[in-house]
Amino acid sequence: MSFIIEMFSYPFIVRAFIVGVLVSLCAALLGVSLVLKQYSMIGDGLSHVSYGALSIALACNVAPLKVSIPVVIAAAFLLLRMTEKGLMKSDAAIAAVSASALAIGVSVTSLTTGMTTDVNSYMFGSILAMTKDDVILCVLLSCVVLALFIVSYHNIFAVTFDENFGKATGVKVSFYNSMIAILTAVTIVLGMQMMGAMLISSLLIFPALTSMRLFKSFKGVIVTSAVLSVVCFTIGLVISYQSAMPAGASVVLANLGAFLVFFLLQKGKELLGIHPAS
Amino acid sequence: MQEQGKESSTDSQNKKKENNLKEKKDLICCHDAGLGYENKSIIEHFNFEVQSGDYVCVVGENGSGKSTLLKTILGLIKQVSGEVVLSDDIKNGAIGYLPQQTQVQRNFPASVMEVVMSGFLNQKKRFTFYRNEDKKRAIYNMKRLGIESLQKACYGNLSGGQQQRVLLARALCAARDILVLDEPVTGLDPMAAAELYDNLHKLHQEGMAIVMVTHDLKSTVHWADKILHLSNGSYFFGSVHEYMDSDFSDIFSIHS
Repeated sequence: MSFIIEMFSYPFIVRAFIVGVLVSLCAALLGVSLVLKQYSMIGDGLSHVSYGALSIALACNVAPLKVSIPVVIAAAFLLLRMTEKGLMKSDAAIAAVSASALAIGVSVTSLTTGMTTDVNSYMFGSILAMTKDDVILCVLLSCVVLALFIVSYHNIFAVTFDENFGKATGVKVSFYNSMIAILTAVTIVLGMQMMGAMLISSLLIFPALTSMRLFKSFKGVIVTSAVLSVVCFTIGLVISYQSAMPAGASVVLANLGAFLVFFLLQKGKELLGIHPAS
Repeated sequence: MQEQGKESSTDSQNKKKENNLKEKKDLICCHDAGLGYENKSIIEHFNFEVQSGDYVCVVGENGSGKSTLLKTILGLIKQVSGEVVLSDDIKNGAIGYLPQQTQVQRNFPASVMEVVMSGFLNQKKRFTFYRNEDKKRAIYNMKRLGIESLQKACYGNLSGGQQQRVLLARALCAARDILVLDEPVTGLDPMAAAELYDNLHKLHQEGMAIVMVTHDLKSTVHWADKILHLSNGSYFFGSVHEYMDSDFSDIFSIHS
């Protein structure tokens, strides 16, 4: 236990912990809806856009978050509109947008600063990257995301379960879809510095996938995802500190571990003939 | 508790009054309307009305404008020309819509209660949390359809017929006087389909107006009072008897 106390005596670990827990929480809640709506890849696409925006910000010497948040929100809107209007299939649209953004990011970096450690840490994450200002912004925005999610919980359920019924009964379907996209964009940008562009999308989908193994009600899935996400992040952070791994990688591995455990439990239940928990 | 008792008794009094005063209330009324998208109408000079307690079947080939009509009734698109008058309740989203099932829903992790309760969202304009009476009404509606024992079951694990009854219970939570169904028996086995028709018949006798888009005219013609047949720009709208005597009914060869 002493190493955990030692670990939290470092201010940068405390910062990483606060940001990480909040971002994991937001990501897990939004992820359930994204996975069920078959938008899992949107996280991946947006994280690449966020990477592109960050490298431009870095090249121009401006605060990274202030550039990437509006850019990623715009990209989320664009992706959503493109699919809604049927201009392009969502997976194709996401693939195109994410590759272009990545290419722009890499080009900008190589033309200006060159591939430095900063860029590397944006790709694969670094817990050292968090400044005090980042933490404050992150706490504020995560609270907004959480509050909006809780207030519109029932509408998010309706929009996820059945858009057509929602539209017919006057639920503002496209408003809530846009809200989900914007909140996802914000969450991705906030989590990216720590988790890295390559791995942040796992924070969205893994908790949802894992909890869906065993839980069969929307509320159950949401609550379990939130808990799992925070637990896995904490385990990942401890592993990262102990073995000097990038935090992003160890958090994803912790999530993978949880998924496998839940998967085996589900199979075990089925073998024993117990029906899935309601 | 007392307050709730009062409310429900005034509620039922109001209902009785409504029934006595206005036996037939206009719910949907299309007058010389052109229905379609972006100024291109698929159906023109369209006269159609649904009153409280009606049972209308909508039939027609693919592309004849059935879904255009549905979207107009649901308020998702505006008519291109003419007049479409919807009752105030329908305008506010109080419409018991039963959409076709989507692939996403088949394995959706949601309890039956969660799905049924989502029918009340149209009545929550300001505050997004459900009230206690909503829950009571949800349970009452599930009892009407014989699914109150499934409350905690997972929607994704139910049979097609049970899922359809859950969605019907949700529709009942959304509206008190009209149900709009979009091909409700597609993908159901004959037993489940018969059960669904029985349930609809029961609801109709309790005073619910029903508008049903269907391909299965043979089974529905016994229950319905009126038929709307859409066909390549022309249409027939009238009672079942009139329909049987018209040329339109030959297409579905109900006589045989």
